[in-house]
Amino acid sequence: MIRVELPFHLRTLARVEREVAVEVAGPVTLRAVLDAVEERYPVLRGTIREHVTQKRRPFLRFYACEEDFSNVPLDTPLPDAVVSGKEPLSIIGAIAGG
Amino acid sequence: MSRVRVLVGTRKGAFVLTSDGKREKWKVDGPHFGGWEIYHVKGSPVDPNRLYASQSSGWFGQIIQRSDDGGKTWEPPGGGPTTTPDGMPKGESNKFVYEGEVGKHLWYDGTPHPWEFKRVWHLEPSLTDPDTIYAGVEDAALFRTTDGGRTWQELPALRSAKGHLWQPGAGGMGLHTILLDQSNPNRMYVAISAAGVFRTDDAGKTWRPATRGLKSSYELPDKNSEVGHCVHRIAMHPSRPNVLFMQKHWDVNRSDDAGETWHEVSGNLPTDFGFPIDVHAHEPNTIYVVPITSDSEHYPPDGKLRVYRSRTGGDEWEALTKGLPQRDCYVNVLREAMAVDSLDSCGVYFGTTGGQVYASTNGGDNWSPIVRDLPAVLSVEVQTLS
Repeated sequence: MIRVELPFHLRTLARVEREVAVEVAGPVTLRAVLDAVEERYPVLRGTIREHVTQKRRPFLRFYACEEDFSNVPLDTPLPDAVVSGKEPLSIIGAIAGG
Repeated sequence: MSRVRVLVGTRKGAFVLTSDGKREKWKVDGPHFGGWEIYHVKGSPVDPNRLYASQSSGWFGQIIQRSDDGGKTWEPPGGGPTTTPDGMPKGESNKFVYEGEVGKHLWYDGTPHPWEFKRVWHLEPSLTDPDTIYAGVEDAALFRTTDGGRTWQELPALRSAKGHLWQPGAGGMGLHTILLDQSNPNRMYVAISAAGVFRTDDAGKTWRPATRGLKSSYELPDKNSEVGHCVHRIAMHPSRPNVLFMQKHWDVNRSDDAGETWHEVSGNLPTDFGFPIDVHAHEPNTIYVVPITSDSEHYPPDGKLRVYRSRTGGDEWEALTKGLPQRDCYVNVLREAMAVDSLDSCGVYFGTTGGQVYASTNGGDNWSPIVRDLPAVLSVEVQTLS
C-alpha cells in the first residue's frame, strides 16, 4: 500500500484522517498514485490536479523522502521508501503569504 | 409562525442565522466549510430546505455543496445515494468545463486570452425545480445542473454575445447576477463585471447585450459601448419583471422595458458608486443601495455607514442611519451581500467586509447587528419560512 498524506482541507472534504493508503498496480509513479487517490476518493478529483489540464494546482506541492516532486514529470518513479510504504507521499498546501 | 433563515457566505466559511418572525433573537450556526471562501449560498424557492453553496479556495479550486435539511448537514452532490461502496462522497460536482471550443476574450493587455474557469460566483436555483440550478462563474459563463448539482453543463451561447470583446476588470470577469423572470420561463438576465447585462428570451439558446442607455464615461473609451459596462448588480421585483434596477460601477440605473433601454436614477445620492441594489418585498418601487465613496476608496463617505432608500424607484433618495455606525466606519458592502425577507414588515439585511450582518425589520427605518465579528461577508441571502 502507498501512504499518502493529505492537507487539512482535503481531509475534511474526503472525510478521512491525515494519511490514507491506496493500492497502485504497476509502476509507482506520481501519476499512478494521484490516479489511485482520485479513484478511491472521487470528491478529490479536481482539487489536486485541475480537471481539464490535469496540471498540479499551483499552491500544492508533492514531497517524499525529503525531496520535492512538485515539478518533475508525472511519470517519474517515486522513491523505494514510498513504494514499500515506509514513507508517505505528502501533498502539501503551500505557504501563500499572509 | 413564520421564521427567517439568513445564509451568509464569508471569506472563511458559511454561517446560517435563524430567527422567528419577530427577528429579535438570532441563532448563529457555523462556520460551515471553515477556512474556505464561500462566495454564495442560496436555497431553492420550491424546497427551502434544499440549499446550495459555492465553496472555493486558491489552493484546491471549486467545490459545490448541497444541504437537504436547511443547512444542518452538507454533502458534495453526488454523495448520498451514489456514494462509493465504502461511503465516500463521489461525483463531479466541482467540474465546470466550457462547452466546445474554449474561445478567447480580451486580456488586460488587449490580446486574446482563452477562457479559464476559476470559481462559481453565484448560484441561482430554478423557480420550479429544486434539482435545477444556474451557476454564474469566472471567467464569465453560465452553467446549469438539472441533477441537483452532480453534473454541470455550460449554456455556451452566452459567450457568443460579443464575448470576444469582454475584458476583465481588476476584480475578475465574473458572472455575478442571474435574474429569472417568473412570468416568462424563457427569459433570463445575467450581469457580468466589466462586460454588461445580457438577456435571453429563449431559455439560453441565444443572448444579446441589454445595455442601451448606459453611460460609462470614466471606464470606457466609448461611453455608450454595447459591451464593457461594469455592472455591479441588477435587481427586479417578481411582480414587475420588466422593471430592472442596476448599481453600475458608477451610476444607479433603471429600465422600464426589460433592459431594452436604461436611464440613470442616481438623483441626490451622495455618491453613485456602490455594489448591491435590492427591491422591497412588497413595494416594487422601493429600492435600496449602499453608496461607497469611489472606485478608489471602497468605504462609505465620511465614515458613515448609510443605506439609501428610494420610494420612487430612483432619483429621490433618503439616508437610513438609525442603528448604523455614523463615525469611523470604513467597511464595504459587496454586491451579493444584501437581501430582503418577505414578512409583512419587510426585513432588509446586509453584510460588510468588517464581518457585521445588519438587519432591519421595518424596511430600513431601524437597523441592528445580528452578528458583529464574522469574517468578511461575501454574500447574504434570506429565506422566509412558514
